[in-house]
Order: sequence, then structure tokens, then C-alpha cells
Amino acid sequence: MAVEAPARPEAPAPRRSGLRHRLAERGVDRVLLLLVPAVLVIGLLFLYPMLYGVGLSLQPKNGGGPFGNYADFFKDSYQRGTVWKTLRLALPAALINVGASVPIAYRLRGRFRGRRVLTALLVLPVTLGTVLVADGLLRYLGPKGWFNRVLLDLHIVDEPVRLIYNYWGVLLSLLITGFPFAFLLVLSYMSGIDPTLERAAATLGAGPWQRMRRVVLPLLAPGLATTFVLAFVLAFSVFPSANLVGEPAGETRVMAIAAYQAAFEKYDYSMASTIAVLMGVFELLVISVTLLLRGRLYTGPASGGKGS
Amino acid sequence: MTVGSVVEKDSRAAFGHLRLDGVTRRFGKATALSGFDLRIEGGEFIALLGPSGCGKSTALNCLAGLLPLSEGAIWLDEERIDTLPPEKRGFGMVFQNYALFPHLSVRKNVAFGLSVRRVGKAETARRVDEALRTVELTEHADKLPGQLSGGQQQRVAIARAIVLRPKLVLMDEPLSNLDAKLRVQMRTEIRRIHQDLGLTTVYVTHDQEEALALADRVVVLRSGKVEQIGTPEEVYTYPVSTYIAGFMGYRNLLELPVLSSGDGKVGLGEKDGLNLTGVSRQPITGARAVAAVRPEDFHIAGSPDSAAGENIVTVRVEVSEFHGREVAAEGVTDDGRVVHFRSPERIAPGERVALTVAPERVLVFGESVQDAAAALDEAAAESIGETTGAKDGG
Amino acid sequence: MTAISRPRGLPKRALPKGRLSAWLVWACVGFFLINLGALIFSVIVNSFGTKWFSGWLPQGFTSSWYSDAWDEFALGDVLTVTLEITLIVVALALVIGVPAGYALARRDFPGKRIVMFLLLLPVLLPPITYGIPLATVLYKVHLAGTMTGVVAANLVPALPFVVLVMTPFVEQIDANVESAARMCGARTGQVFMRVLVPLLLPGILAAGILVLVRTVAMFELTFLVADADSQTLIVSLYSAAFTPGIRAAQAIDAMAVIYMALSAVLLVIALMFVNPTQIVAQVREAPAE
Repeated sequence: MAVEAPARPEAPAPRRSGLRHRLAERGVDRVLLLLVPAVLVIGLLFLYPMLYGVGLSLQPKNGGGPFGNYADFFKDSYQRGTVWKTLRLALPAALINVGASVPIAYRLRGRFRGRRVLTALLVLPVTLGTVLVADGLLRYLGPKGWFNRVLLDLHIVDEPVRLIYNYWGVLLSLLITGFPFAFLLVLSYMSGIDPTLERAAATLGAGPWQRMRRVVLPLLAPGLATTFVLAFVLAFSVFPSANLVGEPAGETRVMAIAAYQAAFEKYDYSMASTIAVLMGVFELLVISVTLLLRGRLYTGPASGGKGS
Repeated sequence: MTVGSVVEKDSRAAFGHLRLDGVTRRFGKATALSGFDLRIEGGEFIALLGPSGCGKSTALNCLAGLLPLSEGAIWLDEERIDTLPPEKRGFGMVFQNYALFPHLSVRKNVAFGLSVRRVGKAETARRVDEALRTVELTEHADKLPGQLSGGQQQRVAIARAIVLRPKLVLMDEPLSNLDAKLRVQMRTEIRRIHQDLGLTTVYVTHDQEEALALADRVVVLRSGKVEQIGTPEEVYTYPVSTYIAGFMGYRNLLELPVLSSGDGKVGLGEKDGLNLTGVSRQPITGARAVAAVRPEDFHIAGSPDSAAGENIVTVRVEVSEFHGREVAAEGVTDDGRVVHFRSPERIAPGERVALTVAPERVLVFGESVQDAAAALDEAAAESIGETTGAKDGG
Repeated sequence: MTAISRPRGLPKRALPKGRLSAWLVWACVGFFLINLGALIFSVIVNSFGTKWFSGWLPQGFTSSWYSDAWDEFALGDVLTVTLEITLIVVALALVIGVPAGYALARRDFPGKRIVMFLLLLPVLLPPITYGIPLATVLYKVHLAGTMTGVVAANLVPALPFVVLVMTPFVEQIDANVESAARMCGARTGQVFMRVLVPLLLPGILAAGILVLVRTVAMFELTFLVADADSQTLIVSLYSAAFTPGIRAAQAIDAMAVIYMALSAVLLVIALMFVNPTQIVAQVREAPAE
């Protein structure tokens, strides 16, 4: 008891409560116990498998040192190509979804009749899910589907446009499933911008385009960056539609398909983990770059002053 | 009523006295409150006064049990209570933002404390009705807090605190979110309820007017330490420092060299400049001192040429504001000092006037001017909008 | 001054220009919605059609594909499993996630950023990324293919989602309200049940419904972990659609319509309790860090 620590004159109070006090002052008290189950679940079901996967990826089935799988992945052009194929789908899909959301959300930000209905309609595809949209695209865009039928009957084209079983089918499915999500986010960011700011800009002589470019967009930009990240995450994990409406052996053989094939067709869990890890790395790379750029933007409140 | 430092104990109070003994609270490295000692008699109304960050809210939360103490103890009739959780102390509290339960009606808000204590239905109804009658909210009993005005929400918060007949009522700047007119009205209301129910109240505020009007004793805090404890009259008339003087409406803090000192009288002045004679309760030892004068203690002595006598200050008027009964004006002396004063009639900017002040109305403090200026800034920052200050109190 | 950004000589014609761009936007929205509607409608029409080789509509209409699909894909069982899994996931995610969200909102402690990051990762990473290692682990402990395994896998994105939705919800509840309840004599349990839960109810409902919708639509994780007895509707739909030669397209579409109906019901329920823009407004600060 009296062994350690030089005697401190002002510490006659019981030591245990002193420690508890100091911890409480730093925000550590029994309330944090509420966090324990969640952290345990995530640790057990997410962190442990992830680490296990990383470990597995470093023990290649075919030998070749701990990084053998990674080397194999980048040596094999069929495998390496999946990175490019995934980015080629995910980046445009995310950009288009965010880009298209801005003008629509801008038009929808005020209050008018039917706003709620229109919002609901635009958000509806969120519930459709990738599989259903893929199935619908097969019917609708197929050579005998309504879309081609309209084009043929209007004599815009002479033979059916091929929009399924290739890159375009997958991109379209990503646009349909991803747009509502991006739109919802952009709309809520847009509603967060104090409308009096635009009126203030108008009194200073800014036209509609200037107001949009010099007031709305700068305030919206950080939100757009966040939305882009989330839209990209959604598009990057493209899997069912790449199989169903894409060309899973060729043009749309994305990383997810490669990982799945390694795991459940070749039973090479080590390689599958390698691809999964690489997927995470490439995705986090894009996210980090976006967030880094976002950090350079103004991210304060989007209202003009006190109150609101 | 009684003027003086002895406060009569209300015989209806739920306890004899409450004692804070070296109460200290630290947040990490910062000390919000250090060594706070105070003895509160049952039935007393205590105001904790000071600018934001002075530790007054920390003191209140320590008293309530919402913040554990870092050091010290709190005793209720010599029984230690600072180790009890807030729900076991039996105190009532009114929060600055009212903190009403937004999902419960006014009646259920008030009944909350009774229902968690499993008080019977009939008894609950009777006591809630009584509390609502006290704050005159009977006809709004079934509304939700969101449907009430700020003043009405304030009354609900008070009713919720008093319905439990708490030993001690704690109020944390309860009037600061109300507009000026309502604030004065509710202030009277709070004092009336305190007296009618024989409560013991600790009231936190940054508004010296509120503290002086309500309290039996005022505790002025500064940077976590007690600066002065006294009746409103004492604090108002004899502030112990420039800091409190600044708070109490001594807007003019003039630093001058000391010419003579002794017998409670101090002479200050500069050659060919400002000369003032004032009073001091402590001996002045330094070479320079600060003279504190309320704007309303300056009187116009006439034109600069004809005025003669003690404590004459000549200024050129810069700004004058009409305040109804009088005009508040700001002037500049020849050596560039700003002087705030009052005038019974309109005076034009640019006009030169001679002001005079009675020596016993000039308080002299042996502090540095930086200290005085800082005190004035702190006080001014807190009482923006109350330019008239506390008038005719002493 | 006014000429800075305006080409010389052009009159101020802001209004027509604004109107034009507005029309352009509405036209695009209309085009999107029409195609989307047609897409959904073509699935519905096909599911009721007898044969549809060419022409605008099938040759005849029948509802027999639904009974076929129901029997062939054992949809009764699949729907039961789907509901069971979804409800268990929602319940677990709420019971574990709401208190965690409370703790994160109310306390600032060393290591909070690490915990936040750990919770954010499952939301940010593609499900396949952690799904494959998770499936591998679950196979090792013989949980893959069981209901427990499917629930566990779906909990990984659902739980952080609840925490991230709830944290700002808790933050906007004034901590003084809790203090006030304590000052009125309420113990911790009473503060939780009588003040916090009623005030958080909109947030809890919103989080629960969103997790419900997401779990029903979550394909990848369930697909990786489930087997025939523990798969949800979306996985059966995928399996059927991925092997088109074996089943009639109409039967697949009938199943798709059933899935759509389930989603629509969920959407309607969700919209009854939740204003979609509000939800995102609540969440939107979460991914910022």
C-alpha cells in the first residue's frame, strides 16, 4: 500500500474513488459499458474475420512466399483486369448519380405541391434491389423488350440496340439502384442550406446561375463529396447485376466475381481472401482521396448566422 | 425588509443549514471551481453571480449531484450528501433551457417526480393541481410543452421542481431565455413562490440586477473562486474589487497615481489633469490605484469655466442617448479618458461640461489597470443590453 | 460591376434561361421515371403472360405462374425464413445498437475515434470484402448454412448502421432532460424507459425500418453464407434468374413480383413512420469523419 509513488500531500481521499474520478473527468464511466456488446459483435463478426482473411491471404495455396497470392493476382492479366473493370463501372456510376442528383434536388428544394410524391417516386428504386432491377432490365432492354420495340417502331434504329449482357446493362443497373440513394442524400444536404443565403445573393445582384455556382455549390460541395463516397461504395460492390445483366466472363468480370469464383468455384480461400483484401484496399484508396479533397473545402454550417 | 448581514431563518424550511466545504471540481487540467465554502441557512435565497465560465453552474451541478466533486464535501445538517446520486438528494432543479419532457403534457411533466416515486393517484392529482395553480397554468395542463410560450414553459419547469416540496431548489439562469419584460415579471414570481412556500433557493445568474433583486445573499464568483459574499446592499455599495465594481455598474474605472492616502480617504490625481478624492476600505499601498464611479453618481456642475470645488471632471460630450427619465452620455476628458455619466436633460455632442461626484461615491481599489479593464470587459460582455445598470439600489 | 460575368450586349434574360434548364431537368426526371415504370411493368406483364415471343403484349394472360413459382421455389418456406431472419436481425441490431449509440453520443472518451472508425468500416467496405472471410470463418465453425450464420452475417452491416443513425438522434436530445428526470428522483432504469425511449422512438423506428429494408435487400452476405434452407427471397430470386434455362422466365418474374410486393409493403410502412429526407439529414454527419 505505502510502497510506490512519492507521498502527495493533497491525496488523503480514498485512492479508488480518485481514479474513478479522474477517469470520469475524461469521459470514462459506466455508461461506456453500453458500448461493449456492439464492439464485441463487430470485433467477433467483422474484425476477427477480416484479420483472419488477411492472414489467409498471406498463406498462398500454391506457395510462393507470403505475398505469392498478391504477386499472382497482378501477374495474371485476367485477374489484374478486374480492378480496372470494377473502377470503370463504379466511378462513372457514382459520378453520374451524384451529378444528376444536384440539379434535380435543386429544383425540388422548395415547397410545392407533389414534392413528396415526386420524392417518393424517385426514391422508390431503393427498395427494388439489384437482383430485381437486373431481372427487369433483362425483360425491358432485351432485343424483344419494350425499349427496343419503341426505338424500332419510331425508326430510330434498324436493329435492336444491345444494352444487356454487356457493360451498359451493368452500368444502367448501377444507375437505377444507386441514383435514389445519392438523390436522397443530396436533397437533404440541399435542404440544409439556408434559403435566405440565396436571397441575400440575389439582392447583391447574382443571377440564378451565379447563385448556384457561387453560393449553393460551395456549401454543397462537402456533402457531395460524402455522397460520392457512399455512392461509390455502393457501386464498387457490384456483384449480382454484373453476373445477371453483364458479361461475367469478359467485360464485366469485376473483382467481386473474381473473389467469388476463387472461393466457391476453385475453393481457393486464400486467393479469395487476397482479392477481397485488394477490393477493400482499392476502395479505401478512392475514398481516402475523396475525403482528402473534401478536407480542403469549407465544411462549416450552411446557415447565414445565428439561429435558424 | 431587514438590512444587514444576518439573515433570518425561515422556520418552515426543510433543514437547518447546508454546508459546502472546499468544493472543488476539475475538468481534466482545468479547474472550474476551487475550494468553494458556503453555509446556506434553511429558507435563504442565495444567488451565485458571475460571468460565464466563473464556475457558478459547476457549483450548482455539484450541489445537484449531476457532477461529482473532485474534492471537498457537502453537508446537509451535518450529514454528508455529496456521495448521493442526484435522485436521492431530494432537491429540485430548474434548468436554463427548462429541459421539459417534450413528449409529456404539462400535467405529466409536473407529475413525473411523483409518479417515479409511486405516489398515489389522488395525492398526485391534488399536488399537481396545487403546483399548477401556484404558477397559474391550470388551463394549460393538457398541452404539450412545445405548444407553450417561453414564459409558460418556464412556469412548468418551476412547477415541476416545487411539486416535490424539495429541500432545496436549484435554478440555473432560469430567466435568461426570456425577453426583458417577461424576465422582470417572472423574477417577481420566483421571489413570491420562494417566500410563499418557504423554500430554500440557490439561484445562478450572470445578471447582477437579477441577483440583487432576488437574493438574501449574493455570492460573486470569479474564475472558480469566491470573490465576495454579502447581502445585495453590501455587494452593491461596497464591492471588494474592481471586478465586482465593474459588475455592479461602476462603469468608470479610472487609473490614477496616488497622491495621498490615510483614514479611509484617498487622493488620486495627475498634475494638470484629473484629480479625484475617494474612499477605500483597504489601505492603498501602491503608487497607482483605480477609482470606480457609477455613471449615475456624476452630476453636471455647470460649464467648465464656472465650476469649482472638489472632484471636478471636465469632458467633451461624444455620444448621448435618450433613456426616458435621463440621458446617458459618454464624454472624453482632455487627456483622452472616456467617462460615462447621466444628465437630466439633453446635451449635444461636442458640448463641454463639468461633472462632479461626491468623494464617498468614488471607490478606490489598489489594483492594476489591466485587472480593472479585464473586469470591466467581463462585466460588460455579460450585461449587454442592460446599459442602464442597477439604479438607485444603495 | 454588373458586366463582370455577363457577355457584353446581352440583355438580362435570366428567367427564360432558368425556365429552360428547369424544363431540361424535368424532362430528364420524366424520362427516368417512364423507363423505370416500364421496366417494372414489363416484369409484371411477363409474370402474367402465357407466351411472349414478339409484339407489345403476351399472347394471353394467366396467373398460373404464381402458383408454379410458389410450389417450385418453395416460396412459402423462403418467405418465412426471410421474415424470421430479418426480424431477428432488426431486433438484435436495435437492442445492441441503441445503447451503443447512446454511449457514443453522450461520452467523449479516449479511443472514441477508433471505435467510430471500427463501426464505420462495415458500412464503407463492400459486403463481399468481409463477406468472403466471414463465410470462411463461419464454415470453419460450422455455422454457415444455418439461420444463426445468416443472422450473424447480416448483423455486421446492420448493427453499425443502427449505431450511426442513433448517435445523432441521441445528440439532439438535450442532456438536461435526463438531468431533469434525475432531479425529479428517477433512477437510471426509469430515466431510460420513461424519458429516453419515448423520445428516441422515432429514431428507433426509423433505424429499425431501414435495417429491415436493407436486410431484405441484402444479397451478397446472405448469398455467401446461406444454403437452400436458410436463404432469403432475394437469394432464391438470384439463383433462379442466374440459371434461366431451367426455369420459365415467367415463373422467375412471378417471384420477382412477389419480391417487389414485399418491398413495396415495406416501403409504405417505412414512409408511414419516416420522412426520407429527415432520416438522411440525421445520418449525414456520421460518414463525415
